[in-house]
Order: sequence, then structure tokens, then C-alpha cells
Amino acid sequence: MADVAASQRRGELGTARPLILLALLALSCCAIFLTIGAQGNWSFVLPIRAPKLVAMILVGHAIAFSTVVFQTLSGNRILTPSIMGVDALYGLIQTLTVFFAGMLFAANSNSMTLFLVQTMAMIGFALALYGTLLGRGARDLYKLLLIGVIVGVLFRSLSGFLQRLIDPNAFVVLQDRLYASFNTVETELLTVAAILIGLVTLAFWRLLPQLDVLALGRDTATSLGVDPVALMRLSLGLIAVLVSVSTALVGPVTFFGLLVASLAVSLVGSRRHAETLLAASLIAVICLVGGQTLLERLLHFDTALGIVIEFVGGLVFLAIVLKRGIR
Amino acid sequence: MIEASALTKLYGDSRVVDRVSLTLDQPGVTAIIGPNGAGKSTLLSMIARLLPIDKGRAFIDGLDVTRTKGSELARRIAVLKQENGLLARLTVRDLIGFGRFPHSRGRLTAADRAKVDEAISFLDLTPLSDRFLDELSGGQRQRAFVAMVLAQDTPAILLDEPLNNLDIRHAVAMMRLVRKAADDLGKIIVVVLHDINFASCYADRIIAMQEGRIVVDGPAAAVVTEETVEAVFGLPVMVREIEGQRTCLFRR
Repeated sequence: MADVAASQRRGELGTARPLILLALLALSCCAIFLTIGAQGNWSFVLPIRAPKLVAMILVGHAIAFSTVVFQTLSGNRILTPSIMGVDALYGLIQTLTVFFAGMLFAANSNSMTLFLVQTMAMIGFALALYGTLLGRGARDLYKLLLIGVIVGVLFRSLSGFLQRLIDPNAFVVLQDRLYASFNTVETELLTVAAILIGLVTLAFWRLLPQLDVLALGRDTATSLGVDPVALMRLSLGLIAVLVSVSTALVGPVTFFGLLVASLAVSLVGSRRHAETLLAASLIAVICLVGGQTLLERLLHFDTALGIVIEFVGGLVFLAIVLKRGIR
Repeated sequence: MIEASALTKLYGDSRVVDRVSLTLDQPGVTAIIGPNGAGKSTLLSMIARLLPIDKGRAFIDGLDVTRTKGSELARRIAVLKQENGLLARLTVRDLIGFGRFPHSRGRLTAADRAKVDEAISFLDLTPLSDRFLDELSGGQRQRAFVAMVLAQDTPAILLDEPLNNLDIRHAVAMMRLVRKAADDLGKIIVVVLHDINFASCYADRIIAMQEGRIVVDGPAAAVVTEETVEAVFGLPVMVREIEGQRTCLFRR
């Protein structure tokens, strides 16, 4: 702990080094993922692996960004945006699709339409809930989050009820969609996702100085000329877009954001959002791409990477909670 | 210049602040005193736009606080509330740098850095400037926050109970700094205080509140009298001049 503090005290250089290391590590993970065991069959290997790589980078980045910013907004380092109930809605939409349209439709329908409809529904839900509540002058974010939790429980219960009614074969199709997986990403969706995520990232980049100020607390931020309510409303909207796009792309992930956000904070500290966010994104890419390479190539595992990451993320979550409890 | 006219805050049916009007246009230290629940902090928070105003209006340099852009007001008035939890782990210098945000929008120029250094040396924080806030004592941390407020470089400063959790040595040091900021830098400083003696010894003007209203407002020597303090706090006290310091002591 003392070493970390000492290295941070040296200022800019102290955080530049871990960032460069992370960038190199992330790049090598990507390179290895693309090239390992290719044996010169580039025209065969690249079209399969490149979209998968892009999907992992996009999702990793979206989850890392949304989690770090969400933690600033809520003033809490053990929350993730999944508490907003967006991914519970994803589960409900998937269940409804299979329930009403049948599994043939779900398996064969145009994925672009489905992707767009899902994304729009999730963004619309988040904006409606948080936009109207914040607009009515609710200043207490925790109240909003609790409403999100309750709505999330409602969605999950509805999904659970419907899932008991559908026929077992359809349930298998459905269950496959409810776990995050990078093996089934459609190439055409990636362009749309990349554009959306890119735009949100740009928007966030401009907000970073204000988010730095918000991390000082609401009253101090107001005194320094930042409007916390307006900033929160905008940021929650942007987070909703990130979470919705990444969920619609690969499925829900809960603990992964927590994992990368806490690693980023312990590596580069939390003095500047620019540094923390960059580190979190790079760590996310390393975890996803590196993890997928390990699972696929070295362990010859066919398990969805999501399950492994959720497991590790859950352990990290427990470790953080226990560590804080003891202190 | 700070102006309030008929400021009112309602929580349900109870008026926490009840039609308070005041004008502060002279550099110097003004202390707001009064029993718990008199509405001191609420009044301060409304003037500083930290709480919505239910009725009445507040102006900073003639600008209505509810209608003016936050970034505009942040160059005219700074406020320090009782310390709230920080999410980020910052050094003293980082924190004070945020005081320049209204001027720099996050990119510190050479002039901003000079202001930060000025605030650091004004509060004797030079040896601590690269330490993390969570490594400091309560008094040192409080000084760092005051330095941030000074770096904001506004003509008016509001401090909400800056002596909370400080022992007598640090409390005196803090009040000396407040006095120095008013005298040397010509600032209008408003402090919410619990201890009448600190108000009596360091403030130019004392505003006493009771049940949401201003009951007395005047020069410190005129307010700290046995009759006034008894009336405001509902407690018999002795007021004596001890070596030139007007001092108030409770009766057992």
C-alpha cells in the first residue's frame, strides 16, 4: 500500500507508467488472440476472429466506462450500472420475444432489427425512468437507484414467470441468450454498436473535468460551478446507452465492471477520470481478450467467457466488501 | 455583495428559515450564531444555492442565485460545507487545484498554479502539499478545504461550521486564518459558529438567529451582552471583558 502511495505521489509520471504497461499488455493480448495457431491461414482465420475481437473491445470499453462513471455519480465504489435494471429489461425482452414469437422467430429473425429494437427499448426505459424522476427534482440519487432495483425485480419476476410457461426447447434457446457470450456476435451489428459507443465516449470525454469535480461531493461541486443534477441526468443517459448497446450485443454482465473499475482505481488511483477510465478500459480489454484466448486456445474450453468473468468478478466484489467491513 | 430578501425555507408546515432579509457589502467577518435548529446552515445553503429557495430571493453581486449560471456564480461566491466524503483519493495540491475550476474549467494555467501556490502558503500547507488527504489529521484536512475555497478567489466566502471537530488550538488557528483572509485579502466572509466566544473575538458583525428569524444583528460588542445571549439561547450567562476579549460563560 505504501509503495502504491509513493508511486502516485510522484505525480504524472507515476500514473503514466502503469497506463503504458496496460496499453502494451492489451495490444499483445489482441495480437496473440488474432494470430495464435493461425498457421498462415489468414483468409480463413481473420474474418472469424477479427469481429470477435472488435466485439470484446467494444463491450469491455463500454462496461469499464459506464461502471467508473456510475460509481462517481453514486459516490460509491461497489455499485455497477446493472443496478439501474437495464439488463433485467433485456432478460424480459428476450423472454417475451421467445414466448410470443416462438423460438424459430427468435433464432432466425433479422438480428439487426432485433438489436435495434432491444437497444432502443432499453435506452428508452432508462431515459424515461431516470429522466422523468430526475426532472421532477428528485435530488436523491439513492432513491432513484432503489426504484431501479425494484423495477428490476419486477422485470426478473415477470421473466421468471414466463420462462416457466414456455416449452423446454424454447427455454434452451432463451437460456443461451441470457448469458454473455462473444461467440455469436453478428458482424453487421458491430458497426452500429461501434458508432454508438464511439459517440458516447466522445461526449464523456468532454464531461471529464466536471466529473472530476463531482467526485468532490455535490455541495462542493455546486460551489465550484458544476450543476450536479444536470450532469447526473446527462451522464445517466449516456451510461444507459453504453449498457444497453453492450447488453444487446453480447448479453448481460454484472460483476465485470466492478472487477475492472476496482483494478483500475488500485493501479492508477482516482485523481483524474481520464486516467481511471483509460486504465479501466485497457484492463477490460486485457481480461476479455486475454481470457478468451486462454479459454479457447490453451484450455480448449467451450464455456462462455462471461461465466468465468462473473465468477472472478463476484469474488472481487466479496473481497472488497469484506475488506471494507473489517476496516 | 450578498443580499437576501424575505428568504424562506419550509419543511412541511414548519418554517426553518422565515422571511430573512440581510445585506452584506463590507469586507470583514460576519458570524451567524444561534441555538441548534435556528436555521443558520439552511440560510447559508440557500444563499449558496445548495438548497432550493421556497420563497424570497437571494442575490450575489446583484445576480439572482436561482437564475444565474452556476459557473458565473462560482467566480463570485465560494462555500464550504461541513466536510463530506470524497470519492477520489487526492493530494492536498490536487484538491486546492479544484478551487481554480471556475476559472480554468479543469486545465490549470500558469496563473492558476500561482494562485494554488499562494493558497498553499497562506494556509501553511507547503510541507503537506503532496500528501494524500486521507493521510492528514482532521485539522489539516479542514485547512486544505479552506485553501481550496481561497484558491477559488471569490470576493465572498461562506463557511458552514468550519470549527466542527477541531480542538481549541486548531479552532483558534482557523479563526486567525479567517480573520487574516478578511483583513489581508479584503474578503466578505460569513461563518456559521456554535461557540459565542469565537464569534465575539474574531467577528466584526454578529447575526443571531432563533427559530428561523434574525433576532439581533449588529457589531460583535453590541450583540455579545448578557441580555441578548440569554434571549437568543434561553440560558443565563455571564459576559465579562477579560484582557480586552469579550467572553461569555454559562452559569452552572
